[in-house]
Amino acid sequence: MQWRNSLGENFILITGRTVKQAAGLHKGKDSDAYRRATALVEMNAADMARLGIGEGQMVRLRSATGQVEMPAHTGTVPSKMVFVPMGPVANSLIGPETEGTGMPSFKGLTVEIEPI
Amino acid sequence: MKTVVENVTCTFCGCLCDDIIVEVEDNRIARVQRVCANGRGVFTDYDPTPRRPIVAGREVEWEEAVSEAARILVQADSPLIYGLSSSASEAQMKVVELADLIGAIIDTTSSVCHGPTSLAMQAVGEVSCSLGEVRNRADFLIFWGCNPAASHLRHFERYSLKPKGRYIPNGRKDRHMVVVDVRPTASAKMADHFIQVTPGADFEVLTTLRALVQGKEIEAGAVGGVPRIELLELANRMKGCRYGVFFMGMGLTMSGARDYNVSELFTLVAELNQYTRFSVMPMRGHGNVAGADQVLTWQSGYPFAVSFARGYPQYSPGEFSAVDVLAREEVDAALILASDPVAHFPRVAGNQLKRIPAIVLDPMMNLTSESAQVFFPTGSYGVDAAGTCYRMDNVPIRLREVIAPMRPTDEAILGQIIEEIKRC
Amino acid sequence: MLRIINGRVYDPTNGKNGQMEDIWVEDGKIVSAPEVDRGQAQIIDATGLVIMAGGVDIHSHAVGSKVNAARKFRPEDHYGSTYERTSHTRSGSGYTVPSTYVTGYLYAKMGYTTVMEAATAPLLARHTHEELEDTPILDMGIFVTMGNNHFIMECIRDGEMGKAKDYVAWLLNATKGYAIKVVNPGGVENWKWGRNVQELDDEVIGFGVTPHQIITTLAWISDELGLPHPPHIHGINLGRSISARTTMETMAALEGRRAHFCHLQFLSYGKQPGTLHRSEAAEVASMVNMQPNLTVDVGQIVFGPATTMTSDAPLQYGIHQQTGNKWMNDDIENETGGGIVPIRYSRNNAINAVMWRTGLELFLLINDPWQVLLTTDHPNAGPFVHYPQVIKLLMDRDYRAAMFERINPRGRKDALLPELEREYSLYEIAIITRAGTARALGLKNKGHLGVGADADITIYADLDDKEEMFTHPRYVLKGGEVVVVDGQIMRELQGKTLCVAPSYDPGIEAHIRQHFRENYTISFDNYSIIREHFPHREMIRCP
Repeated sequence: MQWRNSLGENFILITGRTVKQAAGLHKGKDSDAYRRATALVEMNAADMARLGIGEGQMVRLRSATGQVEMPAHTGTVPSKMVFVPMGPVANSLIGPETEGTGMPSFKGLTVEIEPI
Repeated sequence: MKTVVENVTCTFCGCLCDDIIVEVEDNRIARVQRVCANGRGVFTDYDPTPRRPIVAGREVEWEEAVSEAARILVQADSPLIYGLSSSASEAQMKVVELADLIGAIIDTTSSVCHGPTSLAMQAVGEVSCSLGEVRNRADFLIFWGCNPAASHLRHFERYSLKPKGRYIPNGRKDRHMVVVDVRPTASAKMADHFIQVTPGADFEVLTTLRALVQGKEIEAGAVGGVPRIELLELANRMKGCRYGVFFMGMGLTMSGARDYNVSELFTLVAELNQYTRFSVMPMRGHGNVAGADQVLTWQSGYPFAVSFARGYPQYSPGEFSAVDVLAREEVDAALILASDPVAHFPRVAGNQLKRIPAIVLDPMMNLTSESAQVFFPTGSYGVDAAGTCYRMDNVPIRLREVIAPMRPTDEAILGQIIEEIKRC
Repeated sequence: MLRIINGRVYDPTNGKNGQMEDIWVEDGKIVSAPEVDRGQAQIIDATGLVIMAGGVDIHSHAVGSKVNAARKFRPEDHYGSTYERTSHTRSGSGYTVPSTYVTGYLYAKMGYTTVMEAATAPLLARHTHEELEDTPILDMGIFVTMGNNHFIMECIRDGEMGKAKDYVAWLLNATKGYAIKVVNPGGVENWKWGRNVQELDDEVIGFGVTPHQIITTLAWISDELGLPHPPHIHGINLGRSISARTTMETMAALEGRRAHFCHLQFLSYGKQPGTLHRSEAAEVASMVNMQPNLTVDVGQIVFGPATTMTSDAPLQYGIHQQTGNKWMNDDIENETGGGIVPIRYSRNNAINAVMWRTGLELFLLINDPWQVLLTTDHPNAGPFVHYPQVIKLLMDRDYRAAMFERINPRGRKDALLPELEREYSLYEIAIITRAGTARALGLKNKGHLGVGADADITIYADLDDKEEMFTHPRYVLKGGEVVVVDGQIMRELQGKTLCVAPSYDPGIEAHIRQHFRENYTISFDNYSIIREHFPHREMIRCP
């Protein structure tokens, strides 16, 4: 997938439940706890090193649908994969196409990443 | 005055653990025992203080809010009703009645969760069991595309991995657990074996397993990033166990082939029953999404993505599912029960909800209620509202009022809206 | 007060065979004619019409977990059968597995007012009660499956009959059930290890008890508890060529104790050279004729689509293997299991043709209509909306002969059916569809029009075409309210749940608590159903 200002590498985006996201939603979706828990991306350590992204550094994720900024943290994801907890930040990257099933592509979306 | 309420059911996830102990002091929750980190907030972060409903940003009396809600729904040409999965079946029954009355499209959170699982079950069937069969018999567990360590925290301890059972006298030691996922999760750390699959390749891996189970030869050295030898070993272990159980989740329903991923797994499970006993269970995410399926099905015939616009129920995922109708701007009003689609839908769909008049019933303000025309602060099921809920294995469990209610229930408000509409 | 005048009354319980009589109704009950007729009663003029009590269905899979799984499973069943909402009725869908409101309306339009749900797993009984709240008009009761129950099998193994009896009584109270249901005793438990049973003395894996012991123990318990309906038995070997033999062995094993054998057609086959079963309805019927302690319902095949759904999980797997059709299975901890497979019965299929014959032969060879009751084991042998077709087959031998000629020739070979010329009378039809079913169920206020009975009344036009007659009653009353007129639902009302409440030694609870701790995944204290949980529907204790 090529955009006009392509940053080069494609990553696979997975979104999903985390314990902190659950705890945050109990506090309220407008709470700091929820915001912190849902606005982050977990990346593979080698990938972060290669892209020059430091632990906690802000990055921009871009998909065909949109783009959003969040801090990056090392996580147990394989290379070329990133994980963002489910929530409004992740959902700004996910398009509404459901291919006739009702289910959008919450997992397996292609995204680009650049450090800010 | 302190009382201890036992056998309380936590409604956070499909586990519906019903052994929770709550200490109540002066009608406030003081202490909760046995609940997991995900469920604790259900009890401790809920403020049961009655609040007034909100219409267009102002606090109003209940009658005015009910009238406004009725007005919005009656005037709409194409209303959408969505959510259901965090309310008891009594409220769900009322909301389907409402949909029937006004000719609405009605969809539940299933469509963004296990809707593809329902599609798969409708295509090929589903061989399943209740959680007690897992406890008592299952010597082989495979968690595919799900992460109980994050989403269903007491699953391992209460139902699947750790408990002793009638035919599992040594608990964990008598079971073999495999986790299949695209990344090593916390659940994978607890497994005897972790298999990492390339994202989007679950279908190929499942097809390959079906072939290996049936004794066919595979030429490829690896499928979906998994070496053939590993897949062959898995196939043989599955055939050699006494009672195997797959648990599956969003890793299959949300990826690529979606319902085809699931139907391939369900077919594998059915075929394994030629060799031994095998079951599969979807890990239902919300506390009563299984109940939403049940109620909508028994009243209409179909589990989700239903339209009553013609005066009779029609079923069409992709056509009547909430994300699709919002993205295509086909609905002009919405009633959201016990759910937060603005938070959980793709942004385009969530934004559309902000543009049409919306009515929200929920114990707490959320991202959807912030932009809604009407917000009803109702009771929280299983805390200050009694009712019935369905566990991930479809076992119905009763919810108690742990504290005396000071708020109306979803069921009561929906009933008032229905009466108001009938008067119009 | 309501008065139905000039109609011909068929009320076998009270010996009425078509005599012209007025029926008086007040406060939901049949009452005697008042001493002074003040002329204030609402009149229904039933001149030229036939009056019977509302139909009573003794076995139907109508509500609950398995039925709802089948609804969800089979959207294709619903597409062609949709029902629009009206100002006072709800919409719905479904043909072999109709949605709940449609189930109530269709039964009522057909003149049925009481329906017994054929099987509910105790752990899932709450679901059944929820669906009852959304099933209008009908009074309903629930049969609770017990034939593969771990607690009961342990009691049998340990020779603790009294403990088993107290447990069964407790369980009926906890589930607000009406009767003991037995399905493939021992076989469903064995299926959890991939096996089954085929003889009454086969062992249940892990328990060391036999189907014979399970059946006789439950029959003994039922008599001890004085239950209005005896154990309702779906026997071993359903569908197999050894079924008639083991059915008769099971009947003999009861040694005179009361029992009901359900959908007996499916269990009345024998072996013959070749791949086709033979009908052994004659042999089975002979046995029934000698056992006045038994009642049966036939489970008559109706050609067309059906949905097989039973607690007999290994049977359902077998149907999946035979037909290749999609398959649902559910093993229920400590209690039972079940499965669902769609099916279609065709007159061109020799096996289906033999099944069809077998059911009719049972009807025609069992002498006493009080013992042989009309069902299609809905939806296993056919949808309940086709009961009128079965009635016509029984009343009109020419129609029967014509249908016989159209079935597969291999299925006609060596058939007994053409020789059976018996035709059921209206009186006998009233027995097999209401008077006899109510009596077999022990429902004293149902199935008849005597003083004190519930005013559930169906009024038919007296037509030559009996299928047409029984499909379109002119009036249907439920509890004295007119609910159907000429096929239109006039009003919706909430029926009642019929349950039993046998007493038991409260000391049993400590044992059951321990059983829950060791084996279940739900708390003992969350298991039982309490009336207050279902405020919209009245529960009636029987007897």
